[in-house]
Amino acid sequence: MKELMIGNAAVARGLYEAGCTVVSSYPGTPSTEITEYAAEYNEMYCEWAPNEKVAMEVAFGASMAGARSACAMKHVGLNVAADPLFTMSYTGVNGGLVICVADDPGMHSSQNEQDSRHYAVAAKVPMLEPADSAESLAFAKAAFALSEEFDTPVILRMCTRIAHAQSIVETGARDERDNRPYVKTPEKYIMMPGNAKKCHPVVEARTASLAALAEDCPFNRAEMGEKALGIITSGASYQYVRETFGESVSVLKIGMVHPLPTKLIRDFAAAVDRVVVIEELDGMLEAHCTAIGVTVEGKELFTNIGEFSQRTVAEVFGLPQKEHVALDTAIPVRPPVMCAGCPHRGMYYTLAKNKVTVIGDIGCYTLGAQPPLCALDSTLCMGASVSGLHGFNKAGNENPAVAVIGDSTFMHSGITGLVNIAYNNSNSTVIILDNSITGMTGHQQNPTTGYNIKGDPAAKIDLETLCRAVGIRRVRVVDPYDLAACEAVLKEELAADEASVIISRRPCVLLKSVKTKPPVTVDADKCRSCKKCMKLGCPAIRMRDGKADIDATLCVGCGVCEQLCAFDAIGEVSE
Amino acid sequence: MNTVRLMIVGVGGQGSLLASKLLGRLLVDEGYDVKVSEVHGMSQRGGSVVTYVQFGDKVYSPVIEQGEADFIVSFEKLEAARHVACLKKGGTVIVNTQQIDPMPVITGAATYPETVLDEMTAAGVKVDALDALSLAQKAGSAKAVNIVLMGRLAKYFSMDYDKWIAAIEKSVAPKFVEMNKKAFELGYNA
Repeated sequence: MKELMIGNAAVARGLYEAGCTVVSSYPGTPSTEITEYAAEYNEMYCEWAPNEKVAMEVAFGASMAGARSACAMKHVGLNVAADPLFTMSYTGVNGGLVICVADDPGMHSSQNEQDSRHYAVAAKVPMLEPADSAESLAFAKAAFALSEEFDTPVILRMCTRIAHAQSIVETGARDERDNRPYVKTPEKYIMMPGNAKKCHPVVEARTASLAALAEDCPFNRAEMGEKALGIITSGASYQYVRETFGESVSVLKIGMVHPLPTKLIRDFAAAVDRVVVIEELDGMLEAHCTAIGVTVEGKELFTNIGEFSQRTVAEVFGLPQKEHVALDTAIPVRPPVMCAGCPHRGMYYTLAKNKVTVIGDIGCYTLGAQPPLCALDSTLCMGASVSGLHGFNKAGNENPAVAVIGDSTFMHSGITGLVNIAYNNSNSTVIILDNSITGMTGHQQNPTTGYNIKGDPAAKIDLETLCRAVGIRRVRVVDPYDLAACEAVLKEELAADEASVIISRRPCVLLKSVKTKPPVTVDADKCRSCKKCMKLGCPAIRMRDGKADIDATLCVGCGVCEQLCAFDAIGEVSE
Repeated sequence: MNTVRLMIVGVGGQGSLLASKLLGRLLVDEGYDVKVSEVHGMSQRGGSVVTYVQFGDKVYSPVIEQGEADFIVSFEKLEAARHVACLKKGGTVIVNTQQIDPMPVITGAATYPETVLDEMTAAGVKVDALDALSLAQKAGSAKAVNIVLMGRLAKYFSMDYDKWIAAIEKSVAPKFVEMNKKAFELGYNA
């Protein structure tokens, strides 16, 4: 059946058709929908794990037990899961194991734009890269067969423009299969030095076999056109090349980006007059071409920064610019903002007002860094707020400082930092912004929400008990819609002479289960135009004709601005 | 046939997802090669959002670049102006006249360019402006702005009215079908 699917949905379909039975992942843009769509197939067990390392190890265990298994994560998630990856390369698999990784060239929703292909090279595992949804499905399926044939995990590399672009796929039936038998094999699965030393040469030989396969596997194909120009490319860049040149140029499309073919590239290069490598981010294909003695042009023409498009290709080749309209007026930017009624806002206002240094983390609440709140001092990676604050304080900081971290991020890797605060005894205050959901990636359940990926009731971690259990005696809970309570608790905990946790608790206002209140309105006669309410950075509040004005289509009646107004000008509409 | 390219632009949360779902459904049923592309993630946080919809014999790139779009359907005035460079010469902008202030305007760091639509017209752009919010409210929900705009877009396409209606029926929950059909009709006849 022909269907329009985003690349991530097609990957999920590929996992399903391949007979995969266990999928464990941690959400992260642009990878999240792989697992969300996978969970719609009841034949596959799917779960949100607390972090990517756990997810990959779950997939490993399932593979060892003989099942076809998968995990999905964003590029930076692979950093977290790198530890099992490098050794799974040595153990190999029993049931096929596919690691889906989504890169984010252009950093639409990421803190860096690292190129995951380096991991395939470093861990010595094969990597496939699809260029549309049909290939996403086909490659996900083929990856399992490759995994089992070569006894290796296989990485499927997505990027934003493939993961989130819908194109047409032809779906097929599921290959329902039994688990391969599990046989106790210490030399395969117990990676202590004696065994690992025997495995490493096997890994090297495997890479050589895969490189031989790369010469004539269907993932890599030469599409010969005119002789004047030959382009070596993969993934989204392939589409930009075809968009620019149509069918005219010769293209060597690489679908297996590690290990790379040698003869195929040499033959292609010999058949054309000029070879240009077009790849987003780092010059990996180019470096291989150079290493095998093929003269190519690559990164001297195409940047290793940001994502490409057909315009990038056209500009490099000096093609005429397309006619377009240019307006003289400056268009103000429209950055994403914390939503009207966002529960993080009250706590951030309190922190900004008290000039607290805030070590931040990854999630919606990173948006509090922007004006007018400007409430953050740092954002590094998942969990870094808690451990970073400990270091900040151990370095002799005497100013008020806190860490802020969301509930899901705290479960991901904040808890280990808190263990360190308790164990190594720093007088640190950690604020858990508990909005009862994984917000930024679009509302995924996590161990603190009480529901699993299917929305069924699940064990619910009690954050207060957890924090006390690691040795934090001062654990406070506050409603971030109550500004006076936020300020009182913050001041008490900053003044305390031991470590503390403040749980700022209120569910994300976008959750369907949250009942919002009627919008509040401004009494223009009472408004003195002091703009105090504007300090909240609420998208529903603006100045109109010199007075504060609240957009009733956005306001959810959280009442935080009402508490700020010294002139009692903000309130519910009287009937 | 040559690829037809259109962009749906607006502010996160305005419902561009349903509009692209409807179009995708319709165009696949018509037998075209189709690509629909958007960036998820920050999109529901009130930021600028854009969806690329392209169809024809063969569509390659998932994105639309400078001077390529046949149509821009904009849920908001400023967003139409933000992306107008992507419009090809002689292209059409269908725009909801609603104004949503971005944060730099709210904080006073920038001013909202009130006259952008006139400027676009002066620059030779075909601007088809309508108050889609009022029409959506008339249909029964402010959230139906997306379908009002699809109704307006349908006037420029050769597909039968009934095919659009069939696509609406396949794309929205049963209880919202009547309201969305009404919204589509109001946009079509506006």
